[in-house]
Amino acid sequence: MIRAILIFNNHGKPRLSKFYEHYTEDTEQQIIRETFHLVSKRDENVCNFLEGGMLIGGSDYKLIYRHYATLYFVFCVDSSESELGILDLIQVFVETLDKCFENVCELDLIFHVDKVHNILAEMVMGGMVLETNMNEIIMQVDAQNKMEKSETFIFQSTRQDR
Amino acid sequence: MSPSVPLQEMIRAIRSARTQCEERGVIQRECAAIRAQFRQADNGGRSHNLAKLLYVHMLGYPAHFGQMECVRMIASSRYSEKRVGYLGAMMLLDEKQDASLLITNSIKNDLSHSNQYVQSLALCTLACMGSAEMCRDLAPEIDRLLRASNSYIKKKAALCAVHIVRKVHELGELFAPAARSLLSEKNHGVLHGAVVLITELCERSSESLERFRKTVPDLVQIMKGLVISGYSPEHDVAGISDPFLQVRLLRLLRILGRNNETASDAMNDLLAQVATNTDSTKTVGNAVLYETVLTVLDIKSESGLRVLAVNILGRFLLNNDRNIRYIAMTSLQKIVGTDHNAVQRHRGTIVDCLKDQDASVKRRALDLSLALVSASNIRSMMKELLLFLSSCPPELRSQAANGIFTAAERYVRDETVPNLIQLITNTSELHCYTVHKLYRALLSDISQQSLVQVACWCIGEYGDLLLRGDCQEVEPMQVCEDDVLDALETVLQSHMSSTATRGFALTATMKLSTRITDNVDRIRSIVSIYGSCIDLELQQRAVEYNALFKKYDHMRYAKKDSTHFCCCGVILFCSVNSFAFNVILEPECEQLTMHVLTLYGLTL
Repeated sequence: MIRAILIFNNHGKPRLSKFYEHYTEDTEQQIIRETFHLVSKRDENVCNFLEGGMLIGGSDYKLIYRHYATLYFVFCVDSSESELGILDLIQVFVETLDKCFENVCELDLIFHVDKVHNILAEMVMGGMVLETNMNEIIMQVDAQNKMEKSETFIFQSTRQDR
Repeated sequence: MSPSVPLQEMIRAIRSARTQCEERGVIQRECAAIRAQFRQADNGGRSHNLAKLLYVHMLGYPAHFGQMECVRMIASSRYSEKRVGYLGAMMLLDEKQDASLLITNSIKNDLSHSNQYVQSLALCTLACMGSAEMCRDLAPEIDRLLRASNSYIKKKAALCAVHIVRKVHELGELFAPAARSLLSEKNHGVLHGAVVLITELCERSSESLERFRKTVPDLVQIMKGLVISGYSPEHDVAGISDPFLQVRLLRLLRILGRNNETASDAMNDLLAQVATNTDSTKTVGNAVLYETVLTVLDIKSESGLRVLAVNILGRFLLNNDRNIRYIAMTSLQKIVGTDHNAVQRHRGTIVDCLKDQDASVKRRALDLSLALVSASNIRSMMKELLLFLSSCPPELRSQAANGIFTAAERYVRDETVPNLIQLITNTSELHCYTVHKLYRALLSDISQQSLVQVACWCIGEYGDLLLRGDCQEVEPMQVCEDDVLDALETVLQSHMSSTATRGFALTATMKLSTRITDNVDRIRSIVSIYGSCIDLELQQRAVEYNALFKKYDHMRYAKKDSTHFCCCGVILFCSVNSFAFNVILEPECEQLTMHVLTLYGLTL
């Protein structure tokens, strides 16, 4: 099971934080800080697995992370997930973001964090991997966005009618 | 106009704040505005406000006042509002909040909504934060969706069912039939969800495990389809067809094949095929191979297959990619208990990994090295481990030290006492000092067994030096024979003394009978008491010493014969305690002792 998915930049500022178990707000921030602290110490050419920090769950949990330019993508998982599989999942996630945002960069994630949540919701649900086929994910996300857009349009046009 | 524009304006404003204090100010102003907006009646920008609140929440500022707004938004008829409302529910609500109960009804309605995306929102939220009561209420709905809906909803319903089973174990029975039928779906997403659900059911109850064992042939078929089939562009990741599904299937097969011959037999061919045909040049291939290896080693597989699996792990260990080395060591750790010899073959590589720069790899190597320590390799392993300890990162130090001590305890014979006695024997100029010091130590504390044993031996051996009292290095203390015997008797009678210690004390008492003059009777009475001691060893000694008293009393005080007497004592001592004899050798009678020992068939 995936306990949390965190994206933060090289200075530790959170760009996305999704927790699949409940923690208080303070604990959530502490977890983000602790994870950043652990992950930022790592060299560039070491392996992508870190034994987890104390806060998020102790000895059964690992941090699996990837560093892309200015962002760290960190998945905190327990022993029931395949480590290499999660590493590939991060890759699929980033590629999907890239397709959805056209050459994604950190600013895209900052200003469209709700869209990132929607994409993630199509990939991971309740801490479990839902869909890994990039095209399928993008298709569903596009359909949902279209629905939202059409609603706004209808809403605007009804207002005009009044 | 995109619904997120006001959100973006706020984000821009927050980012333009130059200090933490300024940022706090901006956020407080925004939160106040949002709160005011929430209190107002229905307005067009509701979803924007909640989205802003969620952003603020991500940065770490309090957002609990948005909980009721989430509930209202979820109940709205507009998709955009529902979407943000559900997202807010996942971020802000949990079982402990009362507000979470209020959304149960909305979720129930949305689960039967005509629009599949609304259904999916409800499923997602239920899977993320559904409490036990919510799960119990909505389980029948989920079961219905598992059977009769499109594949998009089916796959989400499957994972939602997993969450429900985790929360309320008994509901597993409800989902078992639907899970079984999902295995015949073609859609990979649904299959994936079904496999995860079946895995969860099997892990929870053994009846489910038995029932699902019958599906092993179907699972093998699905897996074969993935491995053998031609190029399928939809699911292809770097040349492997849907590696995520393959990994999940392998894991389920592992659970089903564990401890079961028939199921394991059914999978043998498939596992051999996957192990040999999977391309290991990319990470995905390695993920599948790794899972295959774990499965092979966990089920009752043929020995040929096991050898293949361990060899694959060995190859992984030598891989340049650190990730691969890391997971190879993780899996070797899992099998080091059962296939110890196979793992021992790779000990050299593992020990080399202790010197790797990567802290994670070092940690894995340490765990594995400690598990590989055995009686045959302890010297070389300790050398490596001590080297590692001197240069390892601080967070691993305690674990390394702990492991080294545990290994020392398990494999090293405790030879402190004989070694110390040997040392004392060889330093004749310090005999007087040593016996005085040890006697004093004995008087103050008799709980440390090793110390007491050495002290007793010294008193027995050099008791005359103790009684004479003239020693330059220590402060003068008048020690009379009674005192010495008192001390030895205390050791003999104390409940803290172990049997070995009592043995030392008894022998020392006996030896003193040649060195003292007045209290021989007392010694004799002490020794004879132990002639009826419950402990066999002590009893045997006491009886033999008693015999010495009777038979060889005439030899007691002759100087020359005292060595012979001591020699006989040694021989008797040897026969009862082959452990300690190599220590208590008088140098003068060595030849005689050797002769007698050979007669007895004892060796040094």
